Amino acid sequence: MLEVRDVVTSYGMIQALRGVSLTAREGEVTCILGPNGAGKTTLLYTIAGILRPRSGSISFQGRELAGTSAPDVVGRGISLVPENRLVFPHMTVRENLFAGAYVRLGRDRAGVEADLDAMFARFPILKQRAGQAAGTLSGGEQQMLAVARALMARPRLLMMDEPSLGLAPLVVEQIFQIVQGLNREGITVLLVEQNARLALSIAHHAYLLEQGRIAFHGTPSEVSANEGISRAYLGIKGG
Amino acid sequence: MEFYLSLLTLFGFRILLGLSAYVVILTGQISLAQAGFYALGAYTAGAASSMWGWPIFPAILLGGLVGGLFGLLVGFPALRVRGLFLVIATLAFTEIVRMVFLNLKYTIRVGDRTIGPAAAEGFRGITYYFQNGWSSLQIVAFTWFFVLVVLLAFWLMDRSRAGAVLRAVGEDELAASSVGINLTAAKVAAMTAGGFVAGLAGALYAHYATYVSQEDFGVLLATFAIAYALIGGTGSVLGPIAGVLFFSLLIDGLRFLGDWRNLLFGVLIVAMMNLRPHGIIDVGLVRRVASLLRPGGRKAYAGD
Repeated sequence: MLEVRDVVTSYGMIQALRGVSLTAREGEVTCILGPNGAGKTTLLYTIAGILRPRSGSISFQGRELAGTSAPDVVGRGISLVPENRLVFPHMTVRENLFAGAYVRLGRDRAGVEADLDAMFARFPILKQRAGQAAGTLSGGEQQMLAVARALMARPRLLMMDEPSLGLAPLVVEQIFQIVQGLNREGITVLLVEQNARLALSIAHHAYLLEQGRIAFHGTPSEVSANEGISRAYLGIKGG
Repeated sequence: MEFYLSLLTLFGFRILLGLSAYVVILTGQISLAQAGFYALGAYTAGAASSMWGWPIFPAILLGGLVGGLFGLLVGFPALRVRGLFLVIATLAFTEIVRMVFLNLKYTIRVGDRTIGPAAAEGFRGITYYFQNGWSSLQIVAFTWFFVLVVLLAFWLMDRSRAGAVLRAVGEDELAASSVGINLTAAKVAAMTAGGFVAGLAGALYAHYATYVSQEDFGVLLATFAIAYALIGGTGSVLGPIAGVLFFSLLIDGLRFLGDWRNLLFGVLIVAMMNLRPHGIIDVGLVRRVASLLRPGGRKAYAGD
């Protein structure tokens, strides 16, 4: 569904991505692991059109995506749940959700209203908080709101950047169950995550990004079987 | 009576100026360019009515359009800078406009009078109101016609999708672009709208004052524009009005205190910023009032 080929992205003189290639297959959860500074967020921003790649190609459903503006990327069916959630703090939960549907609000008002109800059914806590400023929600609630906001654009590919960041273990598990549930409903997921063990538990395919390059990729069991990787990222002693 | 009418007219210019800063601040940008747009509006509209013989309505509108055009021109380079850098860049714009008018000499003779921008001497003879025998009441009504139209337009905009977009950009740019909002369009549109409204304000001011000079359009005016919007609050279009009332009542209402006035003025601003850090009419207040006005009042809000 998503094909990234030899993508190079730089911040000024510094190359953050030095030729990254990966594939996210339709209906699967693809996860990207890697240490801080490896370029994981940069990769998601590049796909999302927030950053422009210097070279390489990104194709989504067979059409070129590299160089497309952020609004058009959302319009093509890719939504990003950004790192640190980034809800609109002074807007209410309901306003945040409407903002998520921005790209189709003009032409599909009824569909947006229906999706809003669907989100409230899926995340009952958001319904309770509908009129409350999003900044007053707990971290887990904000993460749910960020996911719900991204879903309001009806994405075919959902990209999530570190959804477990700063959340209690129980809440993290809840979030991952939500992600897995969405995937079973047919949404393709591209997941960046530091919590490698949890990420591998729901992923179909995993990539390891180190210093702007893909260092390894394979199924979760292949990743776990690799002694060096499992020692570094899963804390498992090789034996 | 005359005094109150002219005060009301002054409020009109100030409210427009505050609204021009308001729309830009919604997108999270702090701009000192509003004084430059105001100056451009004042000089252009003044030239149109007093030198080119335009009727008053198109002359004022031209002032707004020129302000808006420069808003558009400033909007694009302003995308590349943020925060304090944007403040400095927009201040530079206002100073450039001022320096151009300080050096612009373009006058005509009408009878025994010289009319037009005369460089350092300023622009004399913007006497449309006087020549047409307008009363103070007519001037107030004309000024407030524009104020009310802009207020209505901004109020409608605030309640529409466009308002939500501007606020989303102001809250978090990254989040806004992740939901597909076009940052460039939102910020440039806000700057253009702000330029247009500041241009209108300047155009109306020039005709009221009959004489304008670049000295009046400097950093102080730009700072007041921002202060009206920030102290007044950006929760609603009523914010800049509250800001103008706050400052105007302080400036003119405390005159009986003599020299103590300046001291108290500063103290009151500091106190206000502590009491209402997001302005007098902030988002929280707007939401509370809205919930009270909704049928069922507070209950409906709580159980929502």
